[in-house]
Amino acid sequence: MTILNSPSVDTVPKLLLRNAVRFADRPAMREKQFGIWREWAWKEVLVEVRSLAIGLALMGAAKGDKIAILGANRPRLYWAMAAAQSIGCVPVPLYQDSVAEEIAYVLDHAEARIIICEDQEQVDKVLSMQGRLPRLTHIIYDDPRGLEDYHLDHVLAFDVLQSTGRTAVDAPGTIEQWLAGVEAGTDDALAVILYTSGTTGRPKGVMLSFRNVLVSAEHGNAFDRITETDNVIAYLPMAWAGDHIFSYAQSHLAGFCVNIPENRETILENRREISPTYFFSPPRVFEDFLTHVMVRMDDAGWFKRWLFRVFMAHAHKVGEPILDGKPVGVVDRLLYRLGSFFIYGPLKSQMGLSRLRAGYTAGEAIGPEIFRFYRSLGLNLKQLYGQTEACVYIALQSDGEVHSDTVGRAAPHMQIRIADDGEVLYRGAGVFVGYFKDERSTASAIIDDGWVRSGDAGFFDSSEQLKILDRIKDVGALADGKLFPPKYIENKLKFFSHVKEVVCFGNGHPFATAMINIDLVAVSSWAERNNISYSSYQELTAHPRVIELIAGHVATVNRQIANEPNVGHAQIRRFVILFKELDADDGELTRTHKVRRNIIVDRYAPVICALYDGSREIDMSVAVTFEDGRQGVLKGRMQIQNAETFGVAASRVFEHAA
Amino acid sequence: MNAPIPRRDIASSTSAPLLSVDNISLAFGGVKAITDVSFDIRKGEIRAIIGPNGAGKTSMLNCINGFYHPQAGSITYKGNKRERMRPHVAAAQGIARTFQNVALFKGMSTLDNILTGRSLKVRRGLLWQAIWFGPALAEQIENRIAVERIIDFLEIESIRKIPVGKLSYGLQKRVELGRALAMEPDLLLLDEPMAGMNTEEKEDMCRFILDANRRLGTTIALIEHDMGVVMDLSDRVVVLEYGRKIADGTPAEVKRNEKVIAAYLGVPH
Repeated sequence: MTILNSPSVDTVPKLLLRNAVRFADRPAMREKQFGIWREWAWKEVLVEVRSLAIGLALMGAAKGDKIAILGANRPRLYWAMAAAQSIGCVPVPLYQDSVAEEIAYVLDHAEARIIICEDQEQVDKVLSMQGRLPRLTHIIYDDPRGLEDYHLDHVLAFDVLQSTGRTAVDAPGTIEQWLAGVEAGTDDALAVILYTSGTTGRPKGVMLSFRNVLVSAEHGNAFDRITETDNVIAYLPMAWAGDHIFSYAQSHLAGFCVNIPENRETILENRREISPTYFFSPPRVFEDFLTHVMVRMDDAGWFKRWLFRVFMAHAHKVGEPILDGKPVGVVDRLLYRLGSFFIYGPLKSQMGLSRLRAGYTAGEAIGPEIFRFYRSLGLNLKQLYGQTEACVYIALQSDGEVHSDTVGRAAPHMQIRIADDGEVLYRGAGVFVGYFKDERSTASAIIDDGWVRSGDAGFFDSSEQLKILDRIKDVGALADGKLFPPKYIENKLKFFSHVKEVVCFGNGHPFATAMINIDLVAVSSWAERNNISYSSYQELTAHPRVIELIAGHVATVNRQIANEPNVGHAQIRRFVILFKELDADDGELTRTHKVRRNIIVDRYAPVICALYDGSREIDMSVAVTFEDGRQGVLKGRMQIQNAETFGVAASRVFEHAA
Repeated sequence: MNAPIPRRDIASSTSAPLLSVDNISLAFGGVKAITDVSFDIRKGEIRAIIGPNGAGKTSMLNCINGFYHPQAGSITYKGNKRERMRPHVAAAQGIARTFQNVALFKGMSTLDNILTGRSLKVRRGLLWQAIWFGPALAEQIENRIAVERIIDFLEIESIRKIPVGKLSYGLQKRVELGRALAMEPDLLLLDEPMAGMNTEEKEDMCRFILDANRRLGTTIALIEHDMGVVMDLSDRVVVLEYGRKIADGTPAEVKRNEKVIAAYLGVPH
C-alpha cells in the first residue's frame, strides 16, 4: 500500500515523525485525569517520546535490548513503546494482571534488561521476583504513589528518566543523533514481542516485524476507511495483539486519537464521554452489557418494559436489513425511527457507542442472539478472526456481509486454506517472524511455503465465508465415535445471562456433561426479585431454585441441539454448578478469559468423575490464588444434576440417582 | 507480595506537641465521662485512643474539636491554650473529623460531599458568588482541583457522580475521610474509621490513613477497636477506662501493660 512503498515511513517511530508534522496540532492521545480529559497533540507526543528515548539511551539501553512494559493502558506506557522502538530496542508488553510468577517467566525468557511499570503494584511484583532475574538492571515506574520511600538505586521514576533526556536534548547533536537512529530503522526489524496468553502451557513470544505490524494496520485502516478524525478508546491489555494493532499501530498510521479511561472502573462512563467511532472488544464486554441492560429492564416500570419489548421486537425484524442497506418498507422504517428515539438511541448512548462506525468483536465466538441484539440497534458490529501470529487480521466481515456464525472472508493481505484435517491455514504479509527462542514451536507452526497453522478447525460455507468451529484439539468424539464439539454447546449455554462460563466434557465419554459458572450479577438480581436470600457466591450456587433455573437453561439448549442432525447426540445429560468462579489467577482461564481445558480437567478431576459415575453430590476443596498472590483453599459440596434431554437421546441416565 | 514496605519515620519522638490535653474532666450531670486525663499529640504522628465501650473515647474527641466543653482542665492547640471553643472555630484552625456513624449528605454526590469540606476555604462573599464569573469562578476551580486530587488519592473516580446514599458502607466511610481531608487539616480526628468494614476495606482504609499521614503530613488521632489495626498504624496509644487514663505509650508498651490487659480481658476476682 501507499505508505509501505515509500521507504521513508516504514517503522512506527518514522510515522511518529511524520505525524508530528502532518497532524501537528491534532490530538494523538487523551487521558482522563483529575476528572478532566487531558490532551496531547502529535507534536507534543513526539517531544515526550524523544526525551524518553534519549533518557533510555543515556541509561544504557542499546540496540536490540528488550524493554518490558507492564501496566494498564497509560499514555506514558504507549510512549515508552515508541521510545524503545526509536532507539532500536524491542518493547515487550506484559499483561498487567499477571501474577509475579508469570511476569518473572516472561521477563526471564525475553531477556528483558529494563522494565517500565505503571505503579507500585507492578514494581512490587517485579521486586519480589528479582532474585530470578539477573539480567534486569532497571525498574522504571510511572505513578510514584507509594514508591517515595523505596530508595533503591535501580528503581527510578519515569519523570527522572525523561528529564535526563530533556536536559540532554539541549546539547548540540543529540537530537540529530536520535533522528539518525530513527531513520536507520528498517521495516524488517523486530517491532515488538507479544507473549501469547497460551491456552496450552507456557506463553510463547511472538516476534513481529514493523512490516508485519504496519501492513496489517494499513489494511485494517483501509478496510473501514479509518482516518485521523476517528476516535478509539484504549482499554484492552497492551500485551494483547489487538490493542497493539488498534491503539498503537493503526493510530500511528491513520493519525487518529487514542483515548485512555481514568481507571478500570470508569471505562463505561468514559466511553460515554468519548463515544468512540471505531471499537474493538471481546464478546464478553457485549455479553456483560446485555446482561446489565436486561437486569435493569427487569427492574423498570411496566410502561418502559412494554416499550422495550415492542421496539426490540421491531428492531429484531428490520434493524439488520436497514443496517445492511436492504429494501425495507416505509412504515417499518418510520417505526424504526421512532424506536431509535425511544429505545435504540438511549441504549447506544448508555453504551457510549452512539457514534460507532465500525465495531468488531474478536477473540471468542459471540452468541448469535447477542450479536443480533446489537446489530438490530443499528450498531455496525462485525466479526473478525485473528491471531497474534498473524498480527490480528486473518479474516473479517465487510459491511453488508455480516453473519453471526461466520467470521467473513480472508483479509486483503491474507490467503486462507483449509487443510485436509480441517485446520485453518493462512499466509500473507502479516505472518509473524517466529517465536522468540523457540525454533521448535516456530517450525511446527509455520509449515511449507509460509502457511501458518492456526490450530482452529473451520470450513468455508456456501457463501464463501469462513466458519470457525473450535480449537482443532478440542473437537472430540464421544465413546461411540460421534462428533463432540464442546465449544459449540458451551456457547449456546453462555448466551443465557445467568450463565457466565461453561466447560463441557464428553471426549471419549459415553455422553456429554457440563460444569457451569453462574453469573453473579445476573443471578443475584434474579434472586433479589424472587425473594431468595443468600450470603455468598458459594451459597447462591447451591440454592435449589438457582439449580432449577440453570437446569431450565440446560434443557432449552438440549432441545435446540436435539433438532440439529449432527450434534443431537451431544446433549448435556448431567451438569454441576461450580461453587467457585473460574479464574485466570488460578490458571483456569487465560488472561484473555479463555478456558484452559486441560488444566480444568486436572483440577476438577473428582467433579468430572462424579459427573460420570452417577453420584448425586461431590465434596471438593480447591486451591485458590487471591489477588495479592496469597494461596488459600476453598471447600464446598456441589450437587450433580441430571438434565432433561430430548429426541434421539431422550433416555435418562442414572435413573436411580434422579 | 513481600516487597519491602518501609516504615515511616516522620513522627520522631522529639517533634513538638501539636495538641496537649491537660487534666481534663467532663461530666454530664452526675455521670463522669472523663476524669483528669492528660496526654499530648505530637506533630506528624498517628495517635490512637483505645479503651472498652463507654471509656470516654468519643467524648474525648468531642472535647478536642470543641463540641463538648470540659468542666476542668485545659486544651492547648498549636501553642494556644483555649477555654471554650466552638466546633467551627476548631475547623477553621485546622481540626477535621469523621464520625462513628457516617454523617454525609446522602442525596448529594461524592464530589459534592467532598466539596463541602472546602467550604471554609471559600473566601469570596455572597456577592462575588452571585456574580460567579471572575474571582469566585477561579476559586471554585481551585477547590475543584483540590477535591479531584483527593478523589485520585482515595481512588474513588468511579463513584465521583454517584449519590453517596447508594454507596456501600465502606465506600461511604472513604468519602467521609475524603471530606475531612478536603479541609487540608493539621489535625485529623477519626472516630472508628474501620467499624463495620470487611477485611479488604479495612486494608484499603489503613493504607489511606497511612498515606494521609505520610504523604500529606497530616497528624492523626484515631479511635479504633480493631487492635491489629491500632498496633500496626499508630505511633503511640493512649488507653482510657471508665473515663480515666490507664496507659500511654508505644503500641508495644501498651500491649505489655497489665492494666490494659485487665481492662480488655478482665481479671479474676
